[in-house]
This record gives sequence, C-alpha cells and structure tokens, in this order.
Amino acid sequence: MIEAVRSAMDVSMGRDEDVVVFGEDVGYFGGVFRCTQGLQAKYGKTRCFDAPISESGIVGTAIGMAAYGLKPCVEIQFADYMYPAYDQLTQEAARIRYRSNGDFTCPIVVRMPTGGGIFGGQTHSQSPEALFTHVCGLKVIVPSNPYDAKGLLISAIEDPDPVMFLEPKRLYNGPFDGHHERPVTAWSKHELGEVPEGHYTIPIGKAEIRRKGSALTVIAYGTMVHVALAAAEETGIDAEVIDLRSLLPLDLETIVQSVTKTGRCVVVHEATLTSGFGAELVALVQEHCFYHLEAPVVRVTGWDTPYPHAQEWDYFPGPARVGRAFTEAMEA
Amino acid sequence: MDEFSRLTLHVPEPAVRPGDQPDFSNVRIPKAGSVPRPEVDVDPETIRDLAFSIIRVLNREGEAVGPWAGLLSDEELLAGLRHMMLLRAFDARMLMAQRQGKTSFYMQHLGEEAVSCAFRKALRKGDMNFPTYRQAGLLIADDYPMVEMMNQIFSNESDPCHGRQLPVMYTSKEHGFFTISGNLATQFVQAVGWAMASAIKNDTRVAAGWIGDGSTAESDFHSALVFASTYKAPVILNIVNNQWAISTFQGIARGGSGTFAARGLGFGIPALRVDGNDYLAVYAVARWAADRARRNLGPTLIEYVTYRVGAHSTSDDPSAYRPKTESEAWPLGDPVLRLKKHLIVRGVWSEERHAQAEAEIMDEVIQAQKKAEAHGTLHAGGRPSVRDIFEGVYAEMPPHIRRQRQKAGY
Repeated sequence: MIEAVRSAMDVSMGRDEDVVVFGEDVGYFGGVFRCTQGLQAKYGKTRCFDAPISESGIVGTAIGMAAYGLKPCVEIQFADYMYPAYDQLTQEAARIRYRSNGDFTCPIVVRMPTGGGIFGGQTHSQSPEALFTHVCGLKVIVPSNPYDAKGLLISAIEDPDPVMFLEPKRLYNGPFDGHHERPVTAWSKHELGEVPEGHYTIPIGKAEIRRKGSALTVIAYGTMVHVALAAAEETGIDAEVIDLRSLLPLDLETIVQSVTKTGRCVVVHEATLTSGFGAELVALVQEHCFYHLEAPVVRVTGWDTPYPHAQEWDYFPGPARVGRAFTEAMEA
Repeated sequence: MDEFSRLTLHVPEPAVRPGDQPDFSNVRIPKAGSVPRPEVDVDPETIRDLAFSIIRVLNREGEAVGPWAGLLSDEELLAGLRHMMLLRAFDARMLMAQRQGKTSFYMQHLGEEAVSCAFRKALRKGDMNFPTYRQAGLLIADDYPMVEMMNQIFSNESDPCHGRQLPVMYTSKEHGFFTISGNLATQFVQAVGWAMASAIKNDTRVAAGWIGDGSTAESDFHSALVFASTYKAPVILNIVNNQWAISTFQGIARGGSGTFAARGLGFGIPALRVDGNDYLAVYAVARWAADRARRNLGPTLIEYVTYRVGAHSTSDDPSAYRPKTESEAWPLGDPVLRLKKHLIVRGVWSEERHAQAEAEIMDEVIQAQKKAEAHGTLHAGGRPSVRDIFEGVYAEMPPHIRRQRQKAGY
C-alpha cells in the first residue's frame, strides 16, 4: 500500500504543478514509512521537502499555500502527532470556505498513518478519526487496500476542500486480518493489491461491499475490514461486510440497504468505544432501519483506555472478538 | 540550614492600576531620526540593536527627520491622513451602531490607525495580508468600499460573508485581505505558507502576517518564525504591541524578553521596532521589509509600539484594569494629530482644512451607513437566508447536510 500511496502523489505531482508534498522526514529520506521516497529526486526540493517538527506549522503553512492557489498534500508522521495541528484543522482549514463565502478555499490533504498493530504503544497506535468526523468542513477517508488508497488519494488531492487521509499503518505491508501470530501476507497475493500505474480516481463518499451476505451487516473501515472478513470465514456466519472507505461524507444509502436486508448489524473499529465513530453509525442505523432490526446493534472497538504496549493483542479487536459479536447479534 | 531558600513564583504586574497615576517612564523613547537605516541586504547579525530601539521619523515639532524620512510625497501623506481620519470616523459610527443594537459586536482602532493604514501603502496589488481584527486600515487604505464593510458588520442581506462570520471579520482576496478567523495567532503561520507558495512558484508577490503582543505567546507564533527563518519566506511578520491583551498587560506575554521584536533574533530574522503612532515611520519600516522580501532576502519581524486607546471590543471595559487617563499619558501621542501637525509644518494643511475634512469624512461615512442600512441591520430589515447556514461548508453539499437543510425547512 506504500507504493500505492506514493504512486498517487507521483501521478498527481506529474499532472499538476501546483501539487506540493512536505512533512517531517518526507524530503530526502522519503518518509519514515517511505511513502514519499523518490519524489524529491523526481520533482525537486521546492515541491517535496522536509519540514520542521511542528505539526501546526505544517498544516498552517499548507493552509496559506492553499490560499495562494497550491494544492499541498502534507504528511503528519503518525496520526498521534496530529494534535498540535488540530486548531489549524478545525478552526481554520475546515471553515475558510464557509466563513469567507468562498472568497478563499482550502484544498489541502493531510495524510497520516493510523491505528495499531506494530507495537507502537500509546503514541504510535491511535485512531483519531472521530475527532475529524466531528468537524464540519473536513472530509475523512480511511482506505483498506492499495487499489482504493491510490484512487482515493488522487481524488483527495483533486478535491476542492480539506481532506484527512488516514492510512492504516498495519495495512502498509499486507492485508492484515488480525491474526498477528501468522506470517505476514503480502499485497501481491491480494486482488486489491494490484494497482494500475497511471491516473484513476475513486469517488469520495462511496462505500464498497467486500463480502455479500444475508445474516448480518458489518460496518467497518481500514484494517477492520480484513478482520471482519476473517471473522465471517471463521464463524461461518454469512456476514455482509461494508467497507466505508469514506467516513465523511458517509455512504448512508449502502448501509441502510444492507441493514434493511439483513436486520442485524455489527459496527467495528479500532478506535476507543465512547463517542467513537461507531456511535454515529449506530445512531444512523437506528434512525433509518429501526423497524427492520431483529437485534440490538453491537459495537466491537478498542477498549476505552490508552493503547497499551505489551498487551497490544488484548487491546486490538481481533477476529475472535469480532466473531463473538457476530454470534451475539445472531443470538439476540 | 540549606544554602537555598524556598522557591517563589514570579507573576509580573503592570506599573500602575486603576486609581494610580499613569506612568510610562519605563518606555524608553529614542529621539526621532536617531536610529540608523541599514541597507536591506544587511547581515541581520549586525542590526540586532534595532530590536531594542524605536525607529521614529516625526519629532515633537512635527518635522520629519533622520534616515527613515523623505519617502512619501505631500499627496501620499494627505491621502494617509485622510485614511486614518476615515477609519476613525468609521469606528465612531460603528461603535454607535453597536450601542443602538444594529450589530452584536465591534472592535475599534482608536490610537492604532497609522499601523494598518501606512502599512498597506508599502505593499503592492497582489500581495496578501493575513490580518487580525484590528487592521481594517488595510482595507480603508486600499479603497475597499465602506458599504461592504458595514454590510458585513450588520450581517445584512448584502453581507459578503452571508451572515456566517462575526462583525469585523472581513474577507477580500481582491484587496489582499485574507478572511479573518477570530482565533489568535493561527494566521501568522498561514502568512508564511502563502509566502512560501509565492517563492515556490517564482512569483513576485509577498505576504504579511499580523499578530498582537498577547498572541505572540501562542505556539503558532513560534512555528511561523521557524518556517519563515528556515525557508527564508518572503513575508513581513508584524507584531502590533498595543500594550494590552484585553485586560492583560504586555509583560505577561513578553516575559523576560526585552522586547517583542527581540523574539526574532534567535531565529536570525532581522527585527525592527518602530513608533506605531508615526505614519511616516510605519511606512518606512514596512517598505524596508517589503523590499527585503521582494529581493528574496527573506522575512522581517516588525514590532509596532502603540497604545490601544479604546476598549478591546464592545464587550470590554478597560476602566476595570487600567487608569482611565493612561492613554493621555502615552508618550507616542496620537497618530492622526501627529501627521496633521506634520502636514501643517510642511505647509500643505491647516486647522481649517482639517476641520472641514473631518466634517466631510463624517458625512461620507454617514452616507455609506445609510446605504448599508438600506440592506438591513442585525435585527431589522434584509437578512441573509437561513439557507445560507447550510451552503458553503463544502464546495458541493453532501447528502447529510442536504437532509438537515430540508429538515430546517429550506
């Protein structure tokens, strides 16, 4: 998926001279996850460069560049480092179009590796997507595979509004399904690991059904899509797995169609439970599908604790926990 | 007995409080004309003392003296006086309109008119300001229509911001005026980004960031100076030190640093301190910084030493935290009266012409206000549509906002 993300930036920089890429370690070195490797050599150091360790500075200058007319695509090294930039994102980037009535706009993309699974502890494992979905004016994307990552990132760069692009870091090297004890599977063996070379886009705001099923609906995104698929195989429960891809705007239609059909729903995410994005999903499901529901909607999430280090796999909502939630939803 | 006693916390206090005699004896005012004017390509290391002095052009007699004088013609100075008087009259009328309930809130410039009015004249068309809420002189001095400003203040049917933004948070890309946020310091670093973009595109335009003395304590101020210094961005970083951050005296944000300008020295950014009530000095210093930026020599930090004569906003009462007569004791005087005196000394202005201009300008503002009020005020007449709440959050309205708009009945 690293190559897919890099290719999206490469294609975009090649097509549009106004696209610039910067962030901590992204220039000469190519980023700690190597997502920007080779871009400085190819496009020069005024279009791809290292930034000081100042997330508010990175996002703040990107906003200024966007006001000038550039299309900055910046990297926050880990989603956990986003907080110093939160003021710039919520009160500035998200509102510039609105408060100026379109006199100024803010077409920036803020990429950041998200989620756990790499023994990153509290400061390299967080999933802060709900802090963005709560902000009107932002768009929020979490891809689950290389094909989508490239198409969605190109869409994000071409979008006229600020887009938060959260890359599940455990998916960088393969379709991780939560079975940490098993050897890593490479993307090369996965159908969505194949990424076309040139330009293509995937529309923001459209979910994808990864597994058709009739017993229950699973709403997931990012790494948890693969965990949900594994849980379906392992429990034998005929789950329909929705990969949201875009959290804001949300493809409510696909969710409602599926839950109306199955009558049961499980919402999964890696982020903490309380006020997580799952809460929004559950609320929408009850608002739009109440009379079709056969059972209470079940949430499977990270615990309401900081992300621990040694106990990573007791924290991460793996296929066993997701599978138990399927059973709970079926037996209710 | 230990050689160390128990620790105590130092909390700075202003020299005087309400009821005390105003005292600015700690503000060291150099003689007008006494500070040298370096070449714009000077090694910043050699002009560190400019961060601790005050560049002044107008002396007590109203003469323009020293190496920073002589840049503006009679016509330009007369226009400058007119802009400052217009801003002052505009403020007076809008303050009154706020008291009459025609808007919810207003922020005036009294005593600080020279800073933004003179600065605007040092920029060119196409340059971009990232202002705070006390730089409306940037618009006035660029001949932005007053009626549009009032439409914004009244949040009426012709408000360019469609009622979405607090009064005085103007926007005008065409006039090089970035949409004011209302939060503090965030836009300082955006100005640096805009300037970096101009350099990336090999453009010729420059940017200006604005911040108050109090907000320099924000981390975004530090970020802005780091980025400006690292990438040598063509940006002018303006600190307006008007002595008061609402009720907090400037010593709370300044801490142990001698001056706000001195903050630039650690970043290798040339830092100048200027008499903010001296139209000629403000213009000269701004022009020096703009020339540096345009010659690709990088950023300049400027501290404007001025005094906020009025309240912070219509929601503030300064008599609760500073002596009522403090503004009269301010040693740098009034920017309008100082320029007026200079123009009289130059022989191109008189008391009579000034009084006449004052009346004409007030009439002009009143006429503009009548036009604006015909489009409504906050609680009466034409208003922006409720539909405007939902428009413009995104370029294209997403389904969930459309559903909410329909629910609201629009």
